[in-house]
Amino acid sequence: MINTKFQSISFVKRIFSPALPVVMGYIPVGFAYGVLGVNAGISTLNTILMSLIVFAGSAQLMATGFFSQGLNPFSIIITTFIVNLRHMLMSASLSSHMKEWKKIEVAGFCYELTDETFAVHSLRFNEGDTAALPAMSINLICQLSWVVGTILGALAGNLISDVKPFALDYALPAMFIALLILQVHNRKHVIVAIFGAVVSIVLWKFGITQWNVILATVIGATLGAVLETSNQKDKAHIAEVNHD
Amino acid sequence: MTNELFFLTMVGMGLVTYLPRLLPAWFLRGRKLHPFIEAWLKYVPVAVLAALLLPSLLISEGQLNLAWSNLYLWAALPAGLTAWKTRSMFATVLVGMAVVAIVRLIL
Repeated sequence: MINTKFQSISFVKRIFSPALPVVMGYIPVGFAYGVLGVNAGISTLNTILMSLIVFAGSAQLMATGFFSQGLNPFSIIITTFIVNLRHMLMSASLSSHMKEWKKIEVAGFCYELTDETFAVHSLRFNEGDTAALPAMSINLICQLSWVVGTILGALAGNLISDVKPFALDYALPAMFIALLILQVHNRKHVIVAIFGAVVSIVLWKFGITQWNVILATVIGATLGAVLETSNQKDKAHIAEVNHD
Repeated sequence: MTNELFFLTMVGMGLVTYLPRLLPAWFLRGRKLHPFIEAWLKYVPVAVLAALLLPSLLISEGQLNLAWSNLYLWAALPAGLTAWKTRSMFATVLVGMAVVAIVRLIL
């Protein structure tokens, strides 16, 4: 899909305006992870390498805790798998927009598919900006800011650990608020959002603290699809005569 | 755990993170899907963002915080209003952070 509307916008603006809020969230959270990593006893090099190799905030923070508890490698890897399995749904959800991409572009893009980059791209792709190069550039900037935050945190060690006075800890929640509201276009979206949010919290409350997000997503999206397809059946019934 | 063993652990973590990120896009793109699955995938963004957002507002340090003093929850109101009115992610992040910073400064 060639979209002239997006080609007329300067490439820099097309990349930096979606990436900027993610960067604002990733530098402080990456910093916090870096501080926690070296304080947990992980070497500075390994702390930084994890941001390059894994690039998944919640799993990395969890791994620092597991490391200091002396958990075995197998348990750390399995827990990481469960916590990050939700990205499967995100990858599937974006797949239809990558039809014309090269394999290497898909492979590179998906390496940096996080909650935040997913949210940004699902919005951009739906607006029609589906080219591979700007999408990959946004991801690269996001991971770069995550790594920079990690390096600063790992080097600062325990000198600074409190990002609260600057409210930097609210950057990512605020970004999710914006991304959620920007995706809500009709009543079905509102229903699915409220339902998914409540299910996620209820599951968490019942002790399902690692599967809650993926289960709530599956249940929420199923509700949405049921509402959507039953609605379409009604329409199809009315328009039966015009059907080809 | 030695540095070498932890490095190998991280490689394993990277692998089990990357495959679920890659495989669905790799195999599903360009494939004609059942209309129900297509509709289902369209609702994934809203469902997953909501499922991530509410816990990030209500859970702090492993505890459910439903108290009136939960600043994260209150700050969601001006932030949400900003998102609704401006459609800007950047403005929303600024307003949300400003509210949190100012309230912390006052209290």
